[in-house]
Amino acid sequence: MASPLTKEQAIDLYFMEHRAKVIDLAAFLDRIDRASGEPSKDFRISAMREAIALLLDGQSDRARRILELWSDPTENPIDKTTTKGASGTWNR
Amino acid sequence: MYIDPHIHMVSRTTDDYQRMAQAGCVAITEPAFWAGYDRASVNGFVDYFRQLTDTEPRRAAQFGIAHHTWLCINPKESEDVGLAREVLGVIPRFMDRPNVLGIGEIGLNKNSKTELIILEEHIALAKRTGVLMLVHTPHLEDKLKGTRLIMDAMRNQSIDPGRVLIDHVEEHTVPLVLDRGFWAGMTLYPDSKVTPQRAADIFELHGTDRLWINSAGDWGVSDPLAVPKCRVEMKRRGHLAETIRKVSFENPLQFLSQSGRFKITTA
Repeated sequence: MASPLTKEQAIDLYFMEHRAKVIDLAAFLDRIDRASGEPSKDFRISAMREAIALLLDGQSDRARRILELWSDPTENPIDKTTTKGASGTWNR
Repeated sequence: MYIDPHIHMVSRTTDDYQRMAQAGCVAITEPAFWAGYDRASVNGFVDYFRQLTDTEPRRAAQFGIAHHTWLCINPKESEDVGLAREVLGVIPRFMDRPNVLGIGEIGLNKNSKTELIILEEHIALAKRTGVLMLVHTPHLEDKLKGTRLIMDAMRNQSIDPGRVLIDHVEEHTVPLVLDRGFWAGMTLYPDSKVTPQRAADIFELHGTDRLWINSAGDWGVSDPLAVPKCRVEMKRRGHLAETIRKVSFENPLQFLSQSGRFKITTA
């Protein structure tokens, strides 16, 4: 099922919403810089930086590829759970 | 007019029923899920199943919404195998209630061996009783692996994929699920899962067959009006009214009608 929108219509419809999201992301990274403590080596932020690089590689299917990048790549069930929650990205 | 085929109304106020009815909701289905804490005994589940099969249908009916449900012990509580098996033992007592469509939302959470054992026992129960299944896939980084394990577990018991809805699909799992013949559900959440915009994108990428949208509204950050918001999103892009009706009404109607118990209130 094709998108009913032209490229120009898609930009007109969604630019402001996503402009705000880009600034939010920038402000989030700035916030971490300003926070106290040592420079962060948190695996989630590393994964986010990898995803940002993926956005700029010129290829399509970005949403699918970011979700795959952040997914557990293993195949077998784990022996036992240690938490009920998820982190948002796979901790390599 | 729309159907929300996955919402946890035990966690919502009566105001939400009213607002959903005003937005055009005529029917919902409510899978059994985790309450936010582990229940202490099987009696907690017995009370919950009474709420799902007696209290909620009456609350929904006040606003002309037909209420249906699915029963199980959620994977978040299935690490305690003894408790899980006790719950599996009481489910058949409730299977004859008129609003019970099948077993759900079963599935995996952290993809553990124990979760998989209890999932397999739920699948066996559904197969034995000939009912539909509604399946939860894990969150975030665990979703891709868990979706594959779940589909393999279904295949191992020779389950007809046309009678199973695999929920919470996203861009990386929707083609896997549809290609293996299952139905797929997209959950519209503000922060996790998919937004109404991404759901509309996924319809454009993968078509509208065997694919539906739901709010999965619960006690967390969620929106019981997410389905009508996605309908508005599709409309503003210029999708046809018949396309919007298919994904938010006809598709859930087609899948759920296989139960023989799904009813719509169209007062």
